[in-house]
Amino acid sequence: MENNPLRLDFKIILDMVKPGATVLDLGCGDGDLMYLLKDQKQCRVTGIELDEKLIYQCIEKGLSVNHGDIDTELTDFSDKRFDYVILNESLQQVYYPKQVILESFRIGKKVIVGIPNFCSLEARLQIMFNGRVPVTKELPFEWFDTPNLRFLSIKDFRDFCDENKIRILKEKGIAKNQVINRFKNLLALNCIFLLEK
Amino acid sequence: MDERSVGIVETQYFTCCEPPHELTLKCKEKLGPITVAYETYGVLNKEKSNAILILHALTGDAHAAGYHKGSETPGWWDSMIGPGKAFDTNKYFVICSNVLGSCKGTTGPVTINLNTGKPYGLSFPVVTIRDMVVVQKLLIDHLGIKKLLCAAGGSMGGMQALKWSVLYPDALESAIVIATNYRHSAQQIAFHEVARNAIMADPDWQNGDYYGKSVPARGLAVARMIGHITYMSDHSMEEKFGRKVIDTERLGYDFSTHFEVANYLKYRGDSFVQRFDANSWLYMSKACDHFDLASDRKLIDAFAGVKSKFLVVSFTSDWLYPPTQTKQIVKALKANSLDVTDIGINSKYGHDAFLVEVDNQSKAILHFVDRVAKEAGIVNGK
Repeated sequence: MENNPLRLDFKIILDMVKPGATVLDLGCGDGDLMYLLKDQKQCRVTGIELDEKLIYQCIEKGLSVNHGDIDTELTDFSDKRFDYVILNESLQQVYYPKQVILESFRIGKKVIVGIPNFCSLEARLQIMFNGRVPVTKELPFEWFDTPNLRFLSIKDFRDFCDENKIRILKEKGIAKNQVINRFKNLLALNCIFLLEK
Repeated sequence: MDERSVGIVETQYFTCCEPPHELTLKCKEKLGPITVAYETYGVLNKEKSNAILILHALTGDAHAAGYHKGSETPGWWDSMIGPGKAFDTNKYFVICSNVLGSCKGTTGPVTINLNTGKPYGLSFPVVTIRDMVVVQKLLIDHLGIKKLLCAAGGSMGGMQALKWSVLYPDALESAIVIATNYRHSAQQIAFHEVARNAIMADPDWQNGDYYGKSVPARGLAVARMIGHITYMSDHSMEEKFGRKVIDTERLGYDFSTHFEVANYLKYRGDSFVQRFDANSWLYMSKACDHFDLASDRKLIDAFAGVKSKFLVVSFTSDWLYPPTQTKQIVKALKANSLDVTDIGINSKYGHDAFLVEVDNQSKAILHFVDRVAKEAGIVNGK
């Protein structure tokens, strides 16, 4: 997914965000998504990123960014300060995902979450037939060297939303640069949710 | 001299607040006339919208970049100011002035008091960071600049940048705040207090009335030694000196042998005496200690009304102004919904990092300033 000219997950997120909105991107990486939101949707964006090297890349793109940990950086923002809070491919890497999501709803009107599906068909087959924790193109990390702390499926996340009274406004499954509309928990490798609470 | 140098520069002077229009300072005392030493690099554009004010630290001066005629020592932030550098003089007009109360050309305790014909000494009013900033604003007005593109500084310079944003929100597009605190902590005050004690305990200090006699060199040197310890890190000291001893193979059990670190501190202390005034040191350190942006309110409230965009920089090994304190500033700015970027640069050089971590700092500053300029409608300095 990293090498595509316009990543499909970015395109889906761009479609979910209204032009001119204020956006906070949690775990914004090198700022590519923020840049697109600013450039194509005229959004006012800011991000939070832990990796110092990536901070320079964000600043180089003319973006505003905070250097810190998602788990602790959100408390400073005032209530409903952002139209959207984005957690794309970062939720599975935080220590307190529930707290981060609830904090995101405190500071944002809507929350966009993108997660890798740890229960895709390929992953299930690897567990079933290899008897080993899956290592796939989308989940390339060995158990001893992975940034991922949380392992969840699309269904797990739906359950979580249900239990926490979070409404799923949109849900887009992705596999190999294609949108998956059916059997998402089996066929999708990633899923992006537009959420409201 | 490399092509990225601003070349030969000259300090200029501006005098204001002539009686009866003296400046009323924070301490309520009046002061005037006030002379300000300053240097400029680059070209001010027609709209006068591309000016960057550099704010120096405790013992700095107006000579931030380039070379004075006949000197081989460049200005104190030469690595950051020049064509193509962090503060790019091809695009921006960079100003640096010596702060009020210092001894590097701007009015301070060493200046002759026109009423007495003698140097002010301790009769010079106690100046604050606010007073320094007010005088800088007078200089900016004098240069015909309505709004600074940026005010930037580290350490005491960072305090001034913060004060600028609070005091003149409409005259400041952005602030770069490096390795500093929004108020001096007990530990920071304590180090200054020990250093002040060293000066005041020197018999030559004479209650500050030592001009024309022998200066309190011992005391000032010790003050500088203490300072240097706080500016370095455990790591950088270990790397630079370790336990090396001078002129001998082994440690002798007497007081004649010197560790290399001791020699270094002595050298730095002694050379400092040649270039800085002891009373000025007292005033500068006191100004830092008095600094408290929040005062009796919450820091969040102190930033209410601020409009600037911010770049806040800290260094991981800076234990004098640790990143946790810098982060307090960032938190309060964020709570005010201000545009703030912050970065904790990984460095082993302690507080000195703001002078030596050129590459990473430059990357952040260069692009931040360009972005702010672009958003203000300035492209390539025009």
